[in-house]
Amino acid sequence: MTQRAFVVRELGIGLALVLLVAVTAIINPRFLSAQSVKDLLLGSAILAILAVGQAIVVITRNVDLSVGSILGLSAFATGATFVASPDFPIPVMVLLGMGLGAVLGAVNGGLVAAARVPALVVTLGTLYVFRGLDYTWATGRQINAADMPPAFLRMGTAAFIGVPVLALFAVVVLVIAGYYLHNYRGGRELYAIGSDPAAARLAGIPMGRRVFAAFVTSGALAGLAGVLHAARFGTLDANAGLGSELNVVAAVVVGGVAIFGGSGSVYGAALGAVLLTTIRAALPVLGINPFWQDAAVGALILSAIGLDRALSARVGRRLRKVGGGHV
Amino acid sequence: MFKRVFGSWDAVVVVALVAVSIVGAFTIEGVGDPRFWRFVTLEAIPIALIALPMTLIVITGEIDLSVASVLGLTCTVMGQLWVSGVTSLPLLIAISALLGAALGAVNGLFVTGFGLPSLAVTIGTLALYRGLAFVVLGDRAVANYPPEWTTSAIKAIPRTTLPWVILVVAALAVVFGVVLHATPIGRGLYAIGNNAEAARFSGVKVRVTKFWLFVVSGAMASMAGVFWTLRFASARADNGTGLELAVVAAVLLGGVSIFGGRGALLGVLAAVALLGVLRNALQLAYVPANTLTVITGSLLIASVVGPNVAGMLRDRLRRRHT
Amino acid sequence: MRKVLSMTALLALALATGACVDDSSDGGATPGASGGTIKSGLKIAFLPKQVNNPYFTTSDNGGKAAIEEFKGVYSETGPSEASPSAQVSYINTLSQQKTDVIVVSANDKNAICGALNEARQAGAKVVTFDSDTNPSCRDLFINQATAEGIAKIQLKLISEAIGAEGGEIAILSATANATNQNAWIEMMKTELGKPEYSKLKLVDTVYGDDQDQKSFTETQGLLAKHPNLKGIISPTTVGVAAAARYLSSSSYKGKVQLTGLGTPNQMRAFVKDGTVKAFALWNPADLGYLAAWAAASLASGMITGKEGDKFKAGKLGDFTVGKDATVLLGDPFTFNAANIDQFNF
Repeated sequence: MTQRAFVVRELGIGLALVLLVAVTAIINPRFLSAQSVKDLLLGSAILAILAVGQAIVVITRNVDLSVGSILGLSAFATGATFVASPDFPIPVMVLLGMGLGAVLGAVNGGLVAAARVPALVVTLGTLYVFRGLDYTWATGRQINAADMPPAFLRMGTAAFIGVPVLALFAVVVLVIAGYYLHNYRGGRELYAIGSDPAAARLAGIPMGRRVFAAFVTSGALAGLAGVLHAARFGTLDANAGLGSELNVVAAVVVGGVAIFGGSGSVYGAALGAVLLTTIRAALPVLGINPFWQDAAVGALILSAIGLDRALSARVGRRLRKVGGGHV
Repeated sequence: MFKRVFGSWDAVVVVALVAVSIVGAFTIEGVGDPRFWRFVTLEAIPIALIALPMTLIVITGEIDLSVASVLGLTCTVMGQLWVSGVTSLPLLIAISALLGAALGAVNGLFVTGFGLPSLAVTIGTLALYRGLAFVVLGDRAVANYPPEWTTSAIKAIPRTTLPWVILVVAALAVVFGVVLHATPIGRGLYAIGNNAEAARFSGVKVRVTKFWLFVVSGAMASMAGVFWTLRFASARADNGTGLELAVVAAVLLGGVSIFGGRGALLGVLAAVALLGVLRNALQLAYVPANTLTVITGSLLIASVVGPNVAGMLRDRLRRRHT
Repeated sequence: MRKVLSMTALLALALATGACVDDSSDGGATPGASGGTIKSGLKIAFLPKQVNNPYFTTSDNGGKAAIEEFKGVYSETGPSEASPSAQVSYINTLSQQKTDVIVVSANDKNAICGALNEARQAGAKVVTFDSDTNPSCRDLFINQATAEGIAKIQLKLISEAIGAEGGEIAILSATANATNQNAWIEMMKTELGKPEYSKLKLVDTVYGDDQDQKSFTETQGLLAKHPNLKGIISPTTVGVAAAARYLSSSSYKGKVQLTGLGTPNQMRAFVKDGTVKAFALWNPADLGYLAAWAAASLASGMITGKEGDKFKAGKLGDFTVGKDATVLLGDPFTFNAANIDQFNF
């Protein structure tokens, strides 16, 4: 029954998305032009990858506020590496970025799992520390698109059978993450940990290891997002990704992942990312003052969590009526 | 009660503050000068104003991340009202306070009325209120306030260089401190933070209390916004962006547990001062701002990891002895 | 607890004694009697709108070269985001460090005035460059080109690029309160009223906040919103580079024209691939160089900022102070495919 409730949730976002695109396209058909759609997919790809990582962490009843800083560090590392050696193989660069992100995520995971420090505090601290390291490394430099290898920048905008390469990355990440969470014991245990940590521990779930892995994954995905950011935008300074934590958490919450953990899916999170990106792109086209963007995002977050609470209360009542069941 | 409440952590922060100030005064030119304290207090005033109610909120186990956006929205509303002809400063201040209280009430309603987690709600209102700030003023800035307003806002206490507003902050700190540490309401806050269910059974009105905390948080944030506008003589939609992190960092560094139920105002105020002194001192020493960012983050983590690790070690030693 | 109380008392005492002094400090070198030479050892600090912006890195390095010539002490500091309240914090620090001249490019016309005036009262001179403040809170303004000159060249370049049939144009600016941006945009609107530009229509102005990512997505938004857009003017180096990058990888390349104020290094690839036909700028290094010499002359008492004051600016020659204590660097320069390889900044 809970399963059905959440499929309903994702369908809901999908529906909202289709409605939004339809209305905007009617007002301005250019919104559905090939270039526009390509821009939308490109824009949401990076946010979607970040959202998948964040969803994994939030499902365990934690949060990772440092993803923006990890993205920034990874993006600048990518730029700096290419400036130093323009023939650096791109696939290796992708792995390197993910590796850097994984290491940073391990710092978060270690502090949360081993030192039992609340994730909000840890990732707030690492948000500052990683960003500070990024600024120190960059020391006011800016890497220009002109200094990056053209092949790498092409990857940022190229398309494969019409679908942008960056979007393909996002889809691959999404499918792998979704499959793991649903079909593997390790994945399902993450839900258990978020749902009821005490019960999970009693049931013998290796909480420390799972939570650690969740943060490492979130970090690795943020690192990947950083490499892709470098490919997409080309020009990098130490401010890459600044403030993006809000958007990522918003995407995850709007996508139906409960902030208290234990429910939601990465598919929802990715859909949330696409919805948010589309809203931001649609507002100017709809003729709405683009200053309403942030307010719209805020209103969306509030309605999403309200909706989730109403839904889970309904499910809870139904389960109790059926007799038994601990929600 | 005193020992539990003025735990050793507050003393650590106060000692750190004094130590940093003294060491800084001897090693960095400019630290400890009258102008140094002036700039430190000018910057610390908005943070301190917001940290007072934030401490109480975190003690009850909640959090309010929308404070900087309330500050920004207040600034823009003040700006728009001024441009539209409202020229009485007391009226502007009164409207701002009401606005802040209303914005805080929205938070309170979502958290206590609908039972939603405050982290998610205030992330939503963080975006909503900041967005509304941009809707009100757009990208403009309102800056043609009468110079007397600005000068009186930052005027110094006679024969010192400290702005007189610091006395208001001190008075408010005393009020908050008394409420928190010497009244049943304050004890109720700790009870809520420790175990909300048990608190309710002992007669503490959990939901009403939390609601009013959010209202006060909003009102204080709007007062910080008034000060901000007058100090910079400029109302802009992006005023105060990111300030919530500085406040939360100070509250946590000050020894308030994110889980609720523990902490004291003295530590928080000392932490606000400590972070301000550190930042200004390092800037005077030509240390780049990035290093301070790294230090702030590390301090934050250390302040929580330290006690945790110490506790775990103590447990392990105790187990070995028994 | 007793320990805590006594520590608090100690702290309060320290604060009270530390702050209980009349604020009559007078830092910095006292302006000497009229003399014809630059004082040695002048502390001159450059405070740009933001530090990680290559335009300002170039201008500040120009200032550094000048300062080395007259044996002053150079420093550069500033926020990493173009925010006025962050600039205030740096102004206060520079004032406490007894800087002789603060050379600043303002993020907002008025927001930093309070801090600048406090710094002047404490003995520093204030020179603005690139983006001015309210004239009442600075001693000199070094302007790279007149607003009319910049507006004229921008419109001329976009009109030439679009061609005779004209069309809709839009502006991608920096931050909405930047004094220089607003002055230029105002002048552009005035220029548009002239008969030779009757076929051009300004349909939108968007702000990229001098952030690469935001400028990129704002350009995207412009093109999605206005199907008949024929040209974009971006009078900011960050904006024009981001817009060029978006256009050159999109289906609008060559169909929507772009011009603006850009640096040759950032724009070279896009001029060569046809995205941009021509753009304009001045030499930011010269701007910083001139600002430093003006600052030194001011601090040495050789000029006071009133109209008609003359001073020498190293290898750039002689300059005269104009109205409103403004010094003009010169005219903007047009870069295109024919000459872009001759420059490296």
